[in-house]
Amino acid sequence: MTDMSMNNAQSEKSAARVRLAQRIALRFGLYALLIVFALYYLMPLFVMVTTSLKSLDEIRTGSLLSLPRELDFSSWATAWSSACTGIQCEGLRPFFWNSVLLSVPAVFLSTLLGAVNGYVLAQWRFKGSNVLFALMLFGCFIPFQVVILPMAMTLGVLKIAGTIGGLVFVHVVYGIGFTTLFFRNYYVTVPQELVKAAKVDGAGFFRIFFSIFLPISPPIIVVTVIWQFTQIWNDFLFGVSFSQAGTQPITVALNNIVNSTTGVKEYNVDMAAAIIAALPTLFVYVVAGKYFIRGLTAGSVKG
Amino acid sequence: MTETTQQILSIENLDKAYGTVKILKNINVSIEPGEFLVLVGPSGCGKSTLLNCIAGLEESTAGDINIGGRSMIGVSPKDRDIAMVFQSYALYPTMTVGKNITFGMKVRGIPEEEQQAKLAEVAGLLQIDHLLDRKPSQLSGGQRQRVAMGRALVRDPQLFLFDEPLSNLDAKLRVEMRTEIKRLHQTLGASIVYVTHDQIEAMTLATKIVVMKDGVIQQVGTPNEIYNHPANMFVADFMGSPSMNLIPAQATSSGDGTKISIARTGGEYLTLSFDREIAGMNGSGAKEVILGLRPENITDPLSIVAQNGQLADCHIDVVEPAGSDTFVVTSLGGKQVTARLRADAEVVAGQNASLAFDLSKASVFEPESGARIA
Amino acid sequence: MTEWLEKHVPKMVLAPSFIAIFVFVYGFIGWTAYVSFTRSKLLPKYDLKGTIQYERLADSPRFEVALTNLAIFGILFILFATVIGLALAILLDQKIRTEGPLRTIYLYPMALSFIVTGTAWKWILNPGLGIESVMHDLGWTDFAFNWLVDPKLAIYTIVIAGVWQSSGFVMALFLAGLRSVDNEVIRAAMVDGVSTPRIYMSIIIPSMAPIFLSAFIVLSHLAIKSFDLVIALTGGGPGYATDMPATFMYAMAFSRGDIGQAASSATVMMIIVTAIIVPYLYSELRPRHD
Repeated sequence: MTDMSMNNAQSEKSAARVRLAQRIALRFGLYALLIVFALYYLMPLFVMVTTSLKSLDEIRTGSLLSLPRELDFSSWATAWSSACTGIQCEGLRPFFWNSVLLSVPAVFLSTLLGAVNGYVLAQWRFKGSNVLFALMLFGCFIPFQVVILPMAMTLGVLKIAGTIGGLVFVHVVYGIGFTTLFFRNYYVTVPQELVKAAKVDGAGFFRIFFSIFLPISPPIIVVTVIWQFTQIWNDFLFGVSFSQAGTQPITVALNNIVNSTTGVKEYNVDMAAAIIAALPTLFVYVVAGKYFIRGLTAGSVKG
Repeated sequence: MTETTQQILSIENLDKAYGTVKILKNINVSIEPGEFLVLVGPSGCGKSTLLNCIAGLEESTAGDINIGGRSMIGVSPKDRDIAMVFQSYALYPTMTVGKNITFGMKVRGIPEEEQQAKLAEVAGLLQIDHLLDRKPSQLSGGQRQRVAMGRALVRDPQLFLFDEPLSNLDAKLRVEMRTEIKRLHQTLGASIVYVTHDQIEAMTLATKIVVMKDGVIQQVGTPNEIYNHPANMFVADFMGSPSMNLIPAQATSSGDGTKISIARTGGEYLTLSFDREIAGMNGSGAKEVILGLRPENITDPLSIVAQNGQLADCHIDVVEPAGSDTFVVTSLGGKQVTARLRADAEVVAGQNASLAFDLSKASVFEPESGARIA
Repeated sequence: MTEWLEKHVPKMVLAPSFIAIFVFVYGFIGWTAYVSFTRSKLLPKYDLKGTIQYERLADSPRFEVALTNLAIFGILFILFATVIGLALAILLDQKIRTEGPLRTIYLYPMALSFIVTGTAWKWILNPGLGIESVMHDLGWTDFAFNWLVDPKLAIYTIVIAGVWQSSGFVMALFLAGLRSVDNEVIRAAMVDGVSTPRIYMSIIIPSMAPIFLSAFIVLSHLAIKSFDLVIALTGGGPGYATDMPATFMYAMAFSRGDIGQAASSATVMMIIVTAIIVPYLYSELRPRHD
């Protein structure tokens, strides 16, 4: 009997060892897979950075994936201040500032309007307000091609065609849908009794908004600002359709640099320019990425 | 019209509809100063809507509400001289307890010193002095409840409105706060309208109860009236726990009084004599009725309340000892009937036992309409 | 007066935004749809001429290519982004210690402009100096990778870049979904002896149907709107081999000066989007009974 139980105990032990080994192998495979994916996502960024630091000679002779033999920052300087975007050769700098001048007011205005709209649609519902919300929401999803022609004409009539102000206007109008959605979904989780209590306390519409709702809003403001900034900074369609030579945003300028057919193809300058164009949104994403994810999922999961 | 000026609240022929759905139908209620009115009913009966109409948070479709003798048509909540405590407490999340309580005074432009004096007074009364600098998220459920009440008390209004204020608390705290609210009512002599779905809260707190169902008032009365003379089967069933036994029976009247017979299993009848007149029988004939008998009116023969009971042997299906009492379930008139016995009554499930039926407090209802007929 | 004001303030606050949306979304859609039934060319004309523009579209080989490309791109893009996104989410859901940094890495392409993505991939897929030369250096001298300049294959490079950019976002969606699955159900299944893959297949994934729907909506919407990526990566070429309805419309509107064709192709895009979005919005916004 004792032998039997000893044998049993031993086979139990070896079975446990096998299970442990299996688990370790499984974990190892899991991490390997995750790392392969990580490399896949990082590769283009790696290629962009290394290419931007290589000389043209090295690019032609060397390998895409090799590190630069010596660091050459000249293509960054070229991309920033002297690369040609069509006939103009001032680099990305003026267009970078165009994009800043355009996104700051557009983000601010669309967020503000979204906050007030969301507050009304979540807490001050009236007959038909849900229909209005649905109509606004649908506006988020339209392909913008369907509004480009009449918008181009309207901007002309309003005498803001080809101006930064015109682009701000366009971005605000077509951004309201999303910002309203974000704020509405956030405020709708606030119990209606809060507004009732404040009404009994004697506070009015704006007082309740500024004293009670705005103070609880920083999380959703961060989300909305990041979202809007990314959308507006990265926009190409409105930029290319509604701007002219001096008012183009950076995405349009980048495309012009990369796809200009004159002269030698300077891949390192292209890559440096692409990184410069991506830096602001990448920076925001790295600094506030946590909120970014939360915001992206909040809007589409909760609906 | 001199009456209305004495009343703190009077609601006249109030209707409320959302589109074609009628939520409140012809509501008439009034309360005198110092009264504690409880609106009770199952969820969806319209009691919260009625409270919101009183507060001015919702508009009524027809009828009028008078507070302190003044019509409230078109008057916004802030001008109604009311204060309200909500089910979720509705504390302003980013403000401290102190700011929560003084927010209303601040909005009204009351001087800072007066605000602080009021705050100190109310905080002392509710024993929340030490919490004034905390945020609502740092408070326990019971503390939030006190802060919500504090916010109402500083208003010192003509009328307090409570919307199910205790339903988010656990059972023990709920009983404590119930006592607290009752004490506040007694010390302040405040006029209160209180909404709840909990009939025990209604019974313990109210000086006047309004029972509602489907937007219609079923009965208005003191707790005693509601409990002992329910106007219909709905009120009888809703108020009281365990609820009243509603047993199908046949009433027969003749020269020697009224008898009520209840069918038992095996084709036998349990016949009990009933010493009151049943409406619509005129002392003769037979009629199908529903006999309403509270569990405490069916006891064991040795119980002191069983003196005027009529004894009958019943088959005991289930025995449920509850500490202070023992409940037993038997079958009468095709229904499960609960009886309330002494804690040490000797009954065994599956056997017969003698039960005492006290019909002096029984109610009799018309089966079709459910209305009380005796 | 103040009472009236108080009551209508919410509506007045909403009014400017709503009027803007009404005019600039719905009014403009109406305008474009109307113009698509005229003979507008360089300038819009307003006399209705029936479905002539749609007949021209139907006869246009270029638009046929654009629609075919949209179908190829749409199906492959949605399929791969969903599969990769779901796989990454499930892998990341295994109590990975470095989840935070990994998630950041998978998701960062979402922060980039499609123009930047297109520029990067255009370089990586460069027939002479990109992946091809890497493979040659590794000793695989026969390796040829010239999809970017091959009219038949160029559309697939857009799929590659698009999936790279968007699959991380899909992962984030699914990860949020995985985290919100009722833990008790999973624990019950584990106690019942159900294996982990089985739990995913029969319990978790089926319960995420709403997330699949959300992902599908977002991705199909991106696919139909895809314009920047095509412009940056292939410019619609070689020839018009990688044209999509979005680039077709832009070319008609701004380089060909054919407003009629631009309006009618935009209307076709609008119809496709509506067919996908309206049922979705309807199901999301209908009153729930709870």
